[in-house]
Parts: sequence; structure tokens; C-alpha cells
Amino acid sequence: MPTKPAGTLYRGREGMWSWVGHRITGVVIFFFLLVHVLDTSLVRVSPEAYTAVIGAYKNPLMALGETGLVAAIVFHAFNGLRIIAVDFWKKGAKYQRQMLWTVLGLWVVVMVGFSIRHLSLALGGH
Amino acid sequence: MTATIQSPRSGKPSSGKPSSGKIQPKYRRTGGSKGNFEMLAWLFMRLSGVVLVVLIFGHLTVNLLVGEGIHAIDFGFVAGKWADPFWQFWDLAMLWLAMLHGTNGVRTIINDYAEKDATRLWLKIVLYAATTVIIILGTLVIFTFNPCPVANGVQLPGGFCPAP
Repeated sequence: MPTKPAGTLYRGREGMWSWVGHRITGVVIFFFLLVHVLDTSLVRVSPEAYTAVIGAYKNPLMALGETGLVAAIVFHAFNGLRIIAVDFWKKGAKYQRQMLWTVLGLWVVVMVGFSIRHLSLALGGH
Repeated sequence: MTATIQSPRSGKPSSGKPSSGKIQPKYRRTGGSKGNFEMLAWLFMRLSGVVLVVLIFGHLTVNLLVGEGIHAIDFGFVAGKWADPFWQFWDLAMLWLAMLHGTNGVRTIINDYAEKDATRLWLKIVLYAATTVIIILGTLVIFTFNPCPVANGVQLPGGFCPAP
């Protein structure tokens, strides 16, 4: 009698969900990058055009958006390093699960620090 | 009655002995018209990824976490950074590596989810067109940036012009 495949490295578990997260954050970052090059390009139009558009990044709602974007970037960065370790480190595949929890732990630490600093600057009285 | 099923990856019919290791041409992952492009793309994602972690974390720290953070960003902030070839090169490397890394990632996603040949082709044409425009635009902006822009002989407000 056939049994369910047991012990597969990726299906339905940490490996697969980190892959899903990596894809989603990657696409989000890519589309922001397109917009970000365009908004920065306004420095070639006029100083006032650039300063006006960059002003849109400085309201409270955008501060939350920026924090979300940085959360996506930090996860993609740390999980990307994990993928490199899985591919190139001899024991990478064996420890991929532990490395994912390390990634998530570091992600929480970095995001707590970033959020406190960025939100207090962005939402603070200026 | 028994049938002999040929081992798909071996060049010889299955004989019960271990495969000779010879792979039939149609099962080879390299070779053919694509060469080893996919392997190079795979390698590029890892190499550019490591560099991008450094470039982008540095970018975020300098632009968002130091001093007044996001409130300090205006035309003068950009002018101050691009007066230094170090930041010009930093931003140029970040632009090219991030765009190529992101484009290859989206290319992979298109290949995975768009099942019709025509859909895949058109999505990739749009993707490569956007990538080309953004890379060329960004590169030109970094290298033709003028901290003291002039329009019709009049200095634009907000620029950083040397004292006459």
C-alpha cells in the first residue's frame, strides 16, 4: 500500500514556505525598485520636482509602507544567504530548517531595531 | 510475461547492471542552443545576492538610519552624495546588480507560471523592455547629474550653484 512521501525536504514545510516567501518578497522589491529609479530620476528634471515627489515618502502612511518594504528586503537578504549556504555548504541541506529559524530570528531582531529608529524619525515631530 | 523497461538516463538498455553513467543527449541538462546560460544565471543570482546585501544594507543605513533619517532626503542630499565618485559607483553597482538580479528572478517566475508559449514570450518582452529602460535611465541620471541645473539660461530654484 502506498504511503505518503515522508521526509521530503521541501514539500509543505519550512523549505517550501521560505521559497514562497522568497518569491513574494522578491517580486515586491522588484516593483518598488522600478518605481524608485523613476522617482530618483526626477533629480534630472528639477530640484523642486524631486523634493516634491520625495516628500510623498515622508508621510505617516508611507513610513509604514517603508517599514514593510524593508521587512521584505531583510527577509529576502537573510533567506538568500541561507539559500547560498544550502547550495554551497556541505551540510547546508541538512541544516536548512535550523537556518530558516535563524533567518527569522535575525529578521525579528533587525526589524525591531529598524522599526524603532525609522518610525520614531518618520513619525516624530519634524 | 515481463517487459524490459529501458533506464531513461542511460545510453544502453537496462541490463540489471548499474548504469554506465552515459547520458543520452536528449536528457542532458547542458548543451544545445542554450549552452550553460541557466547555470550562469543561477551562479549570478548567488554572487550578485551577496554583493547586494552589502550595497542595500549600506544604502538603507546611510539614507534612513543616520542623522535625521528620511527627513534629510531632498535634492541637496542626492547632490551631496553624487558629488562623491564613491557613492556614484555604489549607486551604479546597486542599480545594475539589483535590476539584473530582479529581472532574472521575474524571468524565472514567468517561466514557472505562464504556460502558453505566447504568454511567456510577451511577458518576457515587456520585462526586458522595462529592465533596459530603467537601467539606461538610471545610469544616465547618475552620470549626467548636475547639482546646479539651468533651464533656458535661468538657474532652477533649489540647486547647489557655486558662488559667482
